[in-house]
Amino acid sequence: MSVRTLTINGQPVSATEEQTILDVAREHGIDIPTLCHFDGLSEHAGCRLCLVEIAGSPKLHAACVTPAAEGIEVTTHSDRVTAYRRQIVELLLAERNHVCSVCVANRNCELQDLAVAMNLHHVRYEPQDPQLALDASHPRFIMDPNRCVLCTRCVRVCDEIEGAHTWDVMARGRRAMIVSDLNQPWGESPSCTGCGKCVRVCPTGALFEKGATTTVRDPDFLTYLKTAREQKLWIR
Amino acid sequence: MTTMSRTIVIEPVTRVEGHARITIHLDASGAVDEARFHVTEFRGFETFCEGRHFQEMPALTSRICGICPVSHMIASADAGDRILAVRVPETAMRLRRIVNLAQIVQSHALSYFYLSSPDLVLGYDSDPAQRHLLGVAAAHPELARHGIRLRQFGQQVIEWIAGKRIHPSWAVAGGVMTALTSETRDRILAALPAVRDLALETLRGFKRTLDQRAAEARTFGSFPSLFLGMVTGDGTIEHYGGRLRIVDSEGRRVADQLEGAACKALLAESVHPWSYLKSPYYAPLGPVDGMYRVGPLARLNVAERCGTPLADAELTEFRQLGRGAVLSSFHYHYARLIEILYGLERMEELLADEQALAGDVLSRASRNQAHGVGVSEAPRGTLFHDYTVDADGVLTHVDLIIATGQNNLAMNRAITQIARQYVSNQTLTEGLLNRVEAGIRAFDPCLSCSTHAAGTMPLYLQLVDAHGTVLQTLARTSG
Repeated sequence: MSVRTLTINGQPVSATEEQTILDVAREHGIDIPTLCHFDGLSEHAGCRLCLVEIAGSPKLHAACVTPAAEGIEVTTHSDRVTAYRRQIVELLLAERNHVCSVCVANRNCELQDLAVAMNLHHVRYEPQDPQLALDASHPRFIMDPNRCVLCTRCVRVCDEIEGAHTWDVMARGRRAMIVSDLNQPWGESPSCTGCGKCVRVCPTGALFEKGATTTVRDPDFLTYLKTAREQKLWIR
Repeated sequence: MTTMSRTIVIEPVTRVEGHARITIHLDASGAVDEARFHVTEFRGFETFCEGRHFQEMPALTSRICGICPVSHMIASADAGDRILAVRVPETAMRLRRIVNLAQIVQSHALSYFYLSSPDLVLGYDSDPAQRHLLGVAAAHPELARHGIRLRQFGQQVIEWIAGKRIHPSWAVAGGVMTALTSETRDRILAALPAVRDLALETLRGFKRTLDQRAAEARTFGSFPSLFLGMVTGDGTIEHYGGRLRIVDSEGRRVADQLEGAACKALLAESVHPWSYLKSPYYAPLGPVDGMYRVGPLARLNVAERCGTPLADAELTEFRQLGRGAVLSSFHYHYARLIEILYGLERMEELLADEQALAGDVLSRASRNQAHGVGVSEAPRGTLFHDYTVDADGVLTHVDLIIATGQNNLAMNRAITQIARQYVSNQTLTEGLLNRVEAGIRAFDPCLSCSTHAAGTMPLYLQLVDAHGTVLQTLARTSG
């Protein structure tokens, strides 16, 4: 296993061959914001919040999928990337309906945390407020697409961990929607096992339990499942 | 048509919760023809709840109001219980009752001490620049301290039991989310005797001034009407989990032991083009004779007893003010103080029973019925939440009947009576303005709740002739 040496924000760090810039940064306590990333799932690189600058490259790179290559010089918090990140969060907030006060995930929401961390108190864009219908057909859970940020964590956990692949993404751009099976009510899905992993990984209040007054945040639970499954070690 | 009739407008109305104005219509002789209470804010909560799941509603509707979130949460959970069609654990019912009483104590303290005591202890004609809680605190520091402490205590109990003082999401369809711990119970019980003494002292102080209040009692909305409020099976006052009773001005029962849905079916609403606030009335008697009042005065009028020793002694004395029912809306203040005392006594009884500590507080089920009407007695009166859901529990229709709305006809009648008494010519004085406002304050309206709107309630008094020309205006900023 060869070791790579690079710098993040001027700090020399070393990485293994498999590591991404995000992995290395986190290992060294350097905070790069993310939304679609979830430990234990494949990377989607869709939210673009982990964009970083690499010296000599004109474009920005998603830290979650960019290998920590030999000799690169990474900047995680330049004015440019910070402004983009802020804009991304503003666009997410404007795209659908994110009224925290009446959301089950209030004070337990990753989108809200991002906005707070960025000191974001106003959104410059017109709220789109698309008024999408709830899917409450499942006996235990509700899908509120108004709060969905299309991070696809639910799609990936259902496919990669549970193996059911109930969820997927329909259409593109602002019309994109998370759908169950062939865009049928969740409660009628023949593939859903009702395991609830999608609800556990949802960063907002888009997926929640009926009757719940808050959501559960457990960022390590997939790591636990994978370690148990692959290494037969039941440790947290 | 006379060309000499005039309208006086009071805007904004101050020291109430919400935005409103009052217009006083004068006839050609300069005498008061009618006064109208215009609620000028609008929120539309019912409409934007449609499409949500009924189990979200207790948390969602608690956001209607920062003063009485608990009443909305509980009425909403009560409607949800009916959609689940489950029996709510007795402990959950008990805890909902305690938290609702805590809110009644804090809200009544807000109304009496913060909003109305400046009129009552400093005088309607006192310097408006000092006629507020801080003015009361300067002139009567003990009284202000009692008010602050009573309000604080109510808020603390809510926070200790329900987790948050404002907008808790704790009561849910089927019960409540968390049980009461013995530490919390002991903390509340330890604090109760001292706050009960403050309530008693305030009540005694108020009663000592009653003789001087004869003019207000006679003119601040004293008229016959029906009264609606909650009672237990044996007619004792109740604020949650009881049945509804309607009495007339003689105290005779018009309807009794009604479930929420049955009672709501007896109510109809009229709409005035000049206000966002609808006017419910008792349908069998029509919009004129069917006028009814809700809130502390109504609750004391419908109940046979309070069922707690100190409040019952006070109720006996209170009843001397009327033959049958007590008719003056001024006595809402008096009734409010008795209810604070009752609330503290009853809270103590409910907490003293070991049942309060049982762990079984939530019955789990899913949507079993398409319709549910929930009721709670909010500080300002009976509150109805009426939900209809589809097969998945998604709301297809929401109808909220708020206490303040139910007092709308009576508030209009009260300010007409006050204006007729005090407006005798076309010259306006600040003291008049304030008496008309005080007539509204006696009802402690919450306009943000009742129009499903936001902010403090600002007063504006305007004199307008028959051509709509404004002859004179007195305005006041909110405060």
